Amino acid sequence: MRSHFLAAAVLLTAAGSALLLFAQSRPAPALAGEPYIHDPSTIMFSDGKYFTFGTGSGGLMSEDGWTWHSGAVRPGGGLAPDAIKIGDRYYIAYASKGGGMSGGHAGAINTMWSKSLDPKSPDFGFHDDSVVASTDGVEDCDAIDPSFLLDPNDGKLWLTYGTYFGFIRLVELDPKTGKRVAGNQAINIGIDMEATVMMYREGWYYLLGTHGTCCDGANSTYNIRVSRSRKVTGPFVDNVGIQALKGGGKLVVGASGRFVGVGHFGLMDLGDGVQKFSCHYEADLDRSGRSVLDIRPLLWNNGWPVAGDNLPEGTYEIQSERSGFALELGVDFVRMDRGGRGGGRGAPAGPVTPVPAQELAQVAKDWPAGNLEIRIGDFLSRPHQKWTVTPVASAGGYPGSPYFKITIAGTERALAATADAEVVAVPTFTGAPEQLWRIDQLTDGTYRIMPKAAPDARQPLALVAVGHSTPTLAKFDPKSDLGRWNFRQP
Amino acid sequence: MHTYRKIVLPAMGVLAVLAFQTFSPAPTQAAPADDPPRSIAPYFTLANSSPKVPDADGFLQRWLLLEPINKPNRTNTVFTDTYVRAAMNTEYFPNQFTVVPRNGDKVKVGDQELAWHALDSANFNVKLFRLAHGLNKTTYGVLFWAVTVVDSPREIKNARMAVGSNSASMWWLNGKEAVSLFGDRRMVMDDCVSKRLTLNKGRNVIRGAVINGPGLSDFCVRFVDENGGPIKDLTTKFEN
Repeated sequence: MRSHFLAAAVLLTAAGSALLLFAQSRPAPALAGEPYIHDPSTIMFSDGKYFTFGTGSGGLMSEDGWTWHSGAVRPGGGLAPDAIKIGDRYYIAYASKGGGMSGGHAGAINTMWSKSLDPKSPDFGFHDDSVVASTDGVEDCDAIDPSFLLDPNDGKLWLTYGTYFGFIRLVELDPKTGKRVAGNQAINIGIDMEATVMMYREGWYYLLGTHGTCCDGANSTYNIRVSRSRKVTGPFVDNVGIQALKGGGKLVVGASGRFVGVGHFGLMDLGDGVQKFSCHYEADLDRSGRSVLDIRPLLWNNGWPVAGDNLPEGTYEIQSERSGFALELGVDFVRMDRGGRGGGRGAPAGPVTPVPAQELAQVAKDWPAGNLEIRIGDFLSRPHQKWTVTPVASAGGYPGSPYFKITIAGTERALAATADAEVVAVPTFTGAPEQLWRIDQLTDGTYRIMPKAAPDARQPLALVAVGHSTPTLAKFDPKSDLGRWNFRQP
Repeated sequence: MHTYRKIVLPAMGVLAVLAFQTFSPAPTQAAPADDPPRSIAPYFTLANSSPKVPDADGFLQRWLLLEPINKPNRTNTVFTDTYVRAAMNTEYFPNQFTVVPRNGDKVKVGDQELAWHALDSANFNVKLFRLAHGLNKTTYGVLFWAVTVVDSPREIKNARMAVGSNSASMWWLNGKEAVSLFGDRRMVMDDCVSKRLTLNKGRNVIRGAVINGPGLSDFCVRFVDENGGPIKDLTTKFEN
């Protein structure tokens, strides 16, 4: 596999490249701004901003998790850092050598800490930059690509590292200092991966790593895979029983659409059942084939993590997970021809002909002006049930996505939050915060829908099916299906 | 809603009369000779003088139910918002939107003389079809009116009225429209839920109307608190 040096070089040229967007449809765009980075660390939240660091010095920062710019500062240079917050300290680990730097695989992992990641903060400043693990360039391991795990069960701090040069290793650090526990011996837990990272969920330790070819732009085959173990020290086994020590790994995410070469998983647990992950694409074909940061939903399927997709713009049925019914305008139902005598039963008397869909123009002329009630009803693919979800430029966003407007397809009638924490359709979209919606995919693949702001609301609210057929706004309960929705092709 | 009703009701009343003249009401469905004697048991018992509390899930089981008004509909597909609102806001009998009747009170609707019955439902839902059937009244193509009064020991803000009905229905709390169920509906607990409302400390009047064509009419009503839990510290006691 190729060295990370090439990645760093690519980054340098990417920073000055013009943003080139093509018109082809694709699932959803990667992040806004200038999200050019390679080997991003786990994203941290510090001083009201998001930060991630990459290979080389520096990194990206964002006010909202959607629009990213350069500006993060990380001393030490080197390769593929990771970050974790423990107490009031942000610990950073990075490879100060190895990975082909200086032409060899004698790697070294350094850790350091700062009380802030914001260069403008008086608390910003890294301390105790020193080596916690290393390899000699001969042994079957190259100490690069570090990643932290703070075990939620016992509070122990672990560090994985390694690359395609032999073993992936695990060492224990002191969570009070970020330094190696005295006498700790490295454990081999896998082979031939890059950017390994561990996470814990419901009794399982998951070892994720990037397989495939790095640093070859649109030809990179980078993909993220996973194996799991009941013990932090392994053995880690994939879904078909192949150990990570023998090369196993179940696919979490690979290339799709205009995004090629997915690597460097970093968990973002946003709470309330929303988990996302950061990664980089070796090539965003809509951004000159450069390596960019993205944030995507993390789903769980039968105990295995798998990538979700940020919701692309489009026209959808918005289906309640509670009732299976669809969000709709509160207007008179307009019947279609029922299919001749017998209500459509039996073969047609004449030639088989398609039945035209009910069109918006046939029904919208009779819809009342002004605000309309929103309700939940049997989905029949009718105009009052089809919602167009459109990103709103310059309205900001949240980790992974921009805010959306949600309008009845072909109209400007927009879903809006009200001052009494209910929802209505207003006649015209104005861009007001109560008409902007955050849509997060949850770990089960359903979605949470939240207004950017609801008038007079004292807490974040979400769209909730308070009745079988009645929506409202209420605090989201991750243990309930009331606030879960599906976006389906109508 | 009050404004709409006041403005529209006189005209709607005329239309309703015309409607009854144009469409023959379904005849009272007398029991066949070999049919066993009909009864509203075991679905209902006569409400007694003791205060009645909701069931374990908060469903209101004590109601004043009016024998069904003939409202012929061969199908429930006509129950659009507009149709149901017009049907429910038609004044069929005096003081329809304000009266709290007594057991046995009678009203005249067209050529029908209908009685109010103060009853306790044996179930969480109020089986209107069984009421009509048991009383040898029209069971299909009907409009039922229901009233109850609940006393609350406290003011309860951010409560919601949660209703299920077969078929469409509209419901009012203390004279204000609370929740409406349009379309051809099957009865589902908590099908439609009102916006947040306030239950007064003391007396609260709940009024509803259920319309059905060829269906097994029934409804269920309860109040839930701001966390979705049933409100159960309510009592109903009708005046004799």
